[in-house]
Amino acid sequence: MNVIEVKGLKKSYGPVHAVRGVDLSIPAGEIFALLGPNGAGKTTTVEILEGFRSRDAGQISILGFDPQTQGHAARQWRDRIGIVLQSAADAGDLTVIETVEHFRGYYSKPRNTDEVIAAVGLENKTGALIRNLSGGQRRRLDVALGIIGSPELLFLDEPTTGFDPEARRAFWTLIEQLRGDGTTILLTTHYLDEAEALADRVAVINNGLIVEVSTPAELGGRATSKALVSWRDGSQVKSEESDNPTSVVSRLTTQFGGDIPELSVTRPSLEDIYLKMIGGVDE
Amino acid sequence: MNKIPSALNLGIRRGGLEIRQFARQRESVVFTLLFPVILLAIFGSVFKDTIAPGVTFSQYFVAGMIASGLVNTGFQSLAITIPMERDVGGLKRLRGTPMPASSYFIGKAILIAASMIIQIALLFGFGLLFFGVEMPTELSKWITFTWLVLLGSACSTALGIAFSIVPKSGRGASAVVSPIVIILQFFSGVFFVFTQLPTWMQQLAAIFPLKWLTQGMRSVFLPDSFGAQEVAKSWETGRTFLILLLWLVIGVFFSVRKFKWDRD
Repeated sequence: MNVIEVKGLKKSYGPVHAVRGVDLSIPAGEIFALLGPNGAGKTTTVEILEGFRSRDAGQISILGFDPQTQGHAARQWRDRIGIVLQSAADAGDLTVIETVEHFRGYYSKPRNTDEVIAAVGLENKTGALIRNLSGGQRRRLDVALGIIGSPELLFLDEPTTGFDPEARRAFWTLIEQLRGDGTTILLTTHYLDEAEALADRVAVINNGLIVEVSTPAELGGRATSKALVSWRDGSQVKSEESDNPTSVVSRLTTQFGGDIPELSVTRPSLEDIYLKMIGGVDE
Repeated sequence: MNKIPSALNLGIRRGGLEIRQFARQRESVVFTLLFPVILLAIFGSVFKDTIAPGVTFSQYFVAGMIASGLVNTGFQSLAITIPMERDVGGLKRLRGTPMPASSYFIGKAILIAASMIIQIALLFGFGLLFFGVEMPTELSKWITFTWLVLLGSACSTALGIAFSIVPKSGRGASAVVSPIVIILQFFSGVFFVFTQLPTWMQQLAAIFPLKWLTQGMRSVFLPDSFGAQEVAKSWETGRTFLILLLWLVIGVFFSVRKFKWDRD
């Protein structure tokens, strides 16, 4: 059974059709990235899956529960999921360890407090008041609170916004560890390199519809798209698109009799493909 | 598999956390807890005369201060701080955990009750030492006092949580809530002798719980002979209980049904 199963999800705000029929199937243990520009329906979709918003139409099963479940069943459901929201700046007067320890008490089978704090790299900040943490440290605390309940499914909303490159790498390592534990992760991000580094599959959402679901390597025909070979010939920079760049390079090697000046072979990045896709929908 | 902790258990844990957070906000601790004492000092120094044979204004004012302390500490502070918690995303994060709403409410009730106990202790201490306030001697008055504090505190907490849905943002909350409380205090006989207020003011005040809390507290701190001078010529203890209970039910109903965890 898939951890997340969505069919025909629709949501409108008055005349605005934010989500116009989204289908998603995410199996256990997968890291799935949802990409899309602001206003594409990304946040609405995720907030409906998290149980924060109601929907107008469609079937949703998250770990076998409907996110609109109320009462005790809702508690049982929330016991098995973790949510890291875009921003939370509360509880500034508590320390890191007090906060993690308190949230730990909400769950039936929580992780160990010290292990979680160490996993997010805050072991030297356990006694620090939250309001004295840097933005990146706060974000890591957010993640700690999201995973303290050992969730089977983790929602990560723009987790590394405001991180420096080193902190982002450390964060990615943490996510890889969670993948190793079998946690299913639904990631929304603006960073294409993050999606490429972490996600097993990505979905691009635009104008309230899923444009494509694929692996990062294959999205938008990226794996089979032509490579661009460019080099300098005298005073001119020349380039050539090719399905087989090796043969182009080989031909040029013969032609130049050795070194090819300023040779480069590039394939479209995930970002190139993504921008083409979200631009292409409007056409 | 282990069971999810009970709502009451989590509520008590939240109460402990709320108290710890409150205790670390030093300025607000001092101001909240000492505010009634400061008011008693000001009014006790200004109005030196007696309002009835053997009844000083300070004695009258202690009753009003405890009653309005219940409203300030519960209703006013929650109706202002909950929208602030909502603004910074703290409530939404809680909403995403298995902690039920009832635990959050219980935690707030514990915080307000603890804060009230300290305020009352301070008010009694300063009142006895510096303002010649006399404590009741009959057991029955202390029983009335206890249920008034408990019911008043619960009622004020529930109404504060319920009213927290009204301010659109934390920043604007104070501007919406504070005038309501101040007007209610003037209308309800906290600062002035209630029977000297215009009739329309008395009648308007009688709709809201503060008037009844204040009157109930007067029944504890003033001699029984004073009861005959009340508007209804008696303390109306039974009616006070029922009206506070009704407001408690209204507060709980709106808190449970309408509480807002998210900004939009």
